[in-house]
Amino acid sequence: MMKQPGQLPPYIQALRSRERWRGAEIAFWLSWVAVYFLFPDSLLFASQILITGLFALSLDLILGYAGIVTLGHTAFFGLGAYTAGLLTTHGVHEPLLGLAAAAAVAALAGWLTSFLVLRGSDLARLMITLGIAMLLLEIANRATGFTGGVDGLQGVEVGALLGLFAFDLYGRVAYCYVLVVSFCLFVLVRALMASPYGLTLRAIRENQRRAVAIGVPIRTRLTNIYTFAALIAGVAGALLTQTTQFVGIDVLGFGRSADVLIILIIGGMASLYGGFLGAVAFLLAKDQLASLDARYWLFWLGLLLIVMTLYLRGGIMEGLRKLAALTRWSRT
Amino acid sequence: MISFLGILFDGLAYGVLLFLISVGLSVTLGLMGFINLAHGVFAMAGGYLLVTLTGQFGLGLLASLPVIFVLVALGSLVLERVLYRPLYRATPLEQVLLTVGIIFVAVALATWLFGPGQQPLALPPYLDGQLSIGGLDLSRYRLFLIGVGIVITLALVFGLERTRFGARIRASVDRQQTAEAMGIHVGRVFQLTFAIGSGLAGLGGALGVNVIGLDPQFPLKFLVYFLLVVVVGGPGSVSGTLLAALLLGVADIASKYYLPQIGAFVIYAAMILLLITFPHGLLGRRRSS
Amino acid sequence: MHLPFVAIRLALCNITRQDETMKTKLFRLLAVCACALASVAAQAADTIKVGMIVEMTGTFADFGRHMVNGATAYMKQYGDTVAGKKVELIVRDVTGAAPDLAKRLAQELVVKDKVDFLAGFGLTPNALAVAPIATEAKKPMIVMNAATSIITAKSPYIARVSFTLAQVTEPMAHWAYKSGIRKVYTVVADYGPGHDAENTFKTAFTKLGGTVVGELRVPLNNPEFGPFVQRVKDAKPEAVFVFVPAGELAVGFMKSYNERGLAKAGIKLISTGDVTDDGVIEAFGDSVLGVISTHHYSMAHDSPENKTFLAAYKSVDAKDRPNFMAVGGWDGMAAIYEVARQLKGNIDGDKAMQVLKGMKLLSPRGPIQIDPETRDVVQTVYVREVKKVGGVLLNVEFDKFDAVKDPGK
Repeated sequence: MMKQPGQLPPYIQALRSRERWRGAEIAFWLSWVAVYFLFPDSLLFASQILITGLFALSLDLILGYAGIVTLGHTAFFGLGAYTAGLLTTHGVHEPLLGLAAAAAVAALAGWLTSFLVLRGSDLARLMITLGIAMLLLEIANRATGFTGGVDGLQGVEVGALLGLFAFDLYGRVAYCYVLVVSFCLFVLVRALMASPYGLTLRAIRENQRRAVAIGVPIRTRLTNIYTFAALIAGVAGALLTQTTQFVGIDVLGFGRSADVLIILIIGGMASLYGGFLGAVAFLLAKDQLASLDARYWLFWLGLLLIVMTLYLRGGIMEGLRKLAALTRWSRT
Repeated sequence: MISFLGILFDGLAYGVLLFLISVGLSVTLGLMGFINLAHGVFAMAGGYLLVTLTGQFGLGLLASLPVIFVLVALGSLVLERVLYRPLYRATPLEQVLLTVGIIFVAVALATWLFGPGQQPLALPPYLDGQLSIGGLDLSRYRLFLIGVGIVITLALVFGLERTRFGARIRASVDRQQTAEAMGIHVGRVFQLTFAIGSGLAGLGGALGVNVIGLDPQFPLKFLVYFLLVVVVGGPGSVSGTLLAALLLGVADIASKYYLPQIGAFVIYAAMILLLITFPHGLLGRRRSS
Repeated sequence: MHLPFVAIRLALCNITRQDETMKTKLFRLLAVCACALASVAAQAADTIKVGMIVEMTGTFADFGRHMVNGATAYMKQYGDTVAGKKVELIVRDVTGAAPDLAKRLAQELVVKDKVDFLAGFGLTPNALAVAPIATEAKKPMIVMNAATSIITAKSPYIARVSFTLAQVTEPMAHWAYKSGIRKVYTVVADYGPGHDAENTFKTAFTKLGGTVVGELRVPLNNPEFGPFVQRVKDAKPEAVFVFVPAGELAVGFMKSYNERGLAKAGIKLISTGDVTDDGVIEAFGDSVLGVISTHHYSMAHDSPENKTFLAAYKSVDAKDRPNFMAVGGWDGMAAIYEVARQLKGNIDGDKAMQVLKGMKLLSPRGPIQIDPETRDVVQTVYVREVKKVGGVLLNVEFDKFDAVKDPGK
């Protein structure tokens, strides 16, 4: 292999191409900006979709990239949500501080519990993480003086963003806030996953023994990614609290964990966008079906999921990839 | 002492119920590695069948039980053929998505057919109330439950250890490829095992109506409990499931009696501790494929 | 109304065209959604729109269905026109305790559907999350079920027509003492409302001179009541006061209570009407006979208004038994109609609240009034016993406490 002068070696080219932003990606983020102008009445819905997408992204980091199956990820989401809420009830109203605090608390929790997910079989990890989430839920339920219990945390008053932008009824400020925060975190995650660091995670997921053999520090990597994922989940939870100005106990509920797992599977894993696309598809479908049939929309949703698994393997991202491959093939 | 025996009795009855419902899931998981989260749907179907048979058709409770077993087993075979078989080679998460979809459909169907509330069930008089044995007041229904549990456990153990078919199942769980090489039709073994496991779940669901209630949310509410029992016991192991079910049943009931303040936490804490100590379950067989 | 449905169906079919890139597909989907939403918003403005945010699916599916049935029955009985305008009910499923969803639905109802009233709310967290929307948009919010005391304080635009837990619990303490019971064991569900019921009962009962010999809090996810009921039996109180949400917990408790023979051991069962809820009482079978409860509505209430209500409800849903939540829906609509009548169809938030404050209604449950200061419901609380009347299990009223205000304020 003769290297041309000035040309980069192939492995650097490969890495660089992973880092480059595709046209479709830019279009994706621009369309979220377009939503602000096209759907001014549905911005609260749009921000909740984004928040769910961010939460799904955090799950993707550990499930899609590191291969850790967990059913208790909502514990971090809930911790972030309650932290942000409790901060305001104790006098700190600036949302960015709330975000930082939520991130810190969730990351700490992630780091402390990371040792539990490093060992054991898949199923054991699944149940252990689920058990922890259920314990947290029960604690939040009991501590009504602190968390408000099932009735929810009272008196959450989020101040104006940076002292300038107050959260309004139409959700305009909320939407921009959520979009900017999500995008920043996404850029961070994307850079990380496109780097050699991200490749080592893939290696761990695909063949742990071989990864050890080439010198990848498995325990540290997994601990770090688990902590980072917890941090992002915590931020997502804080965003929800700040945009709805309320913390319900459902932020720790099993339903949310299950929903985000479904969303990620629908969207497609280890693709960074799977979480967002899955969130759009799932939440839109749920909303539309519920307005068509308020009583039995669950039936149609279930049917949709069954049909999806039978005919659309790999989720939406896989479907899009196949489409892209087809168009490329038909063009040549 | 008296109250302790009473609590033990209640815990064992509850454990037997959990065992009956979960054993099918354990064997399915251990045998084919197929994650059937919709297992609770079969239990729910059994429960609703019991309510319909005893209510609308006037069949007695004892007479309904074998009918339920057969009907649910047959129904599960249909489901297996149509929905599950295409996904045997799929990733576990796709199986999760499929079975969650099935749960949603079943929950909505049950709500549509029976309404969202609890189902009334009239017990025959010989199963109602308590029996006084040696100073202890024991619930007649729970005695019946434990009796059924013993019979079925013996049947399962006998079936697995002493019959040809049982040997085939054990072989398929331990070494699937070798079993196939020896001429064992693993697919058919699995179909039959799946049917039996689902039939047992239906039976458990029917028997459980009087103890843990029945409403359309059943498959979702109790999913955690079944998974708990199966994973702690070790997938693929009948005795493991039994041990785990009894242990967890007694722990749950006893803690609620003696320490009601922390009663709700005990079952999750116990599960976490047991899984950290025994990551593959108490008596789990490692699946080789 | 069908246009958005058709538009969405078309859009979903077109999505699978293979000669499109992702970008154009996304924009097509967005464009279609925009058209669909626009057509919905362009509907006639000569209607009074009532947006109901209720639980139609999930564990609390009963709540929403009963409220909607009650409201629909009212509209069927008294017509869907008032003050020359048509009344339109828009029902949104909040799926359970989901305050973020409730808030979003409320915002969409106010901003997109331009409703005149927000109504419904089976669960407290949902009502609490929506309160700020009612305040900011100045829309009257009619609470048809949620029963925690603090709700009405969260917004000056909230009026409640249902009940509060404290309101129906305190009279039970009084009645128990009056009938000679001095030692009570309390069993409540371990969540906010349960703790409230426990505190209210204990405070009132001990103030009168009785003793609470034991307290138990039962986890919400509790399939097996055996150990708890056994503890009560071993403590040998004169009565056990129970508060658990209607549904499986109530059924589970009753089964255990009966199975362990607590009634034979002389331990009376006293509770709030949630346990003997008309909607689910049939599920108990005869095991529930003799249970004493306090509540604001019973199907067996003997009044012409109740007869009208029962007949109207039957025409909406013949299989279902109406309960206090259905009455909440019925009376909520009655209040809305009254507001519309007095304001001659022009619903202004502040004026509506003026009408609601102090409003008196003759409800199927008895006379009710919306307190002018707290905007909460003031009503008669009945003491009832479960009896079999004509083969049907009913809560038969035999005593009452008139004009009970919410003691939780």
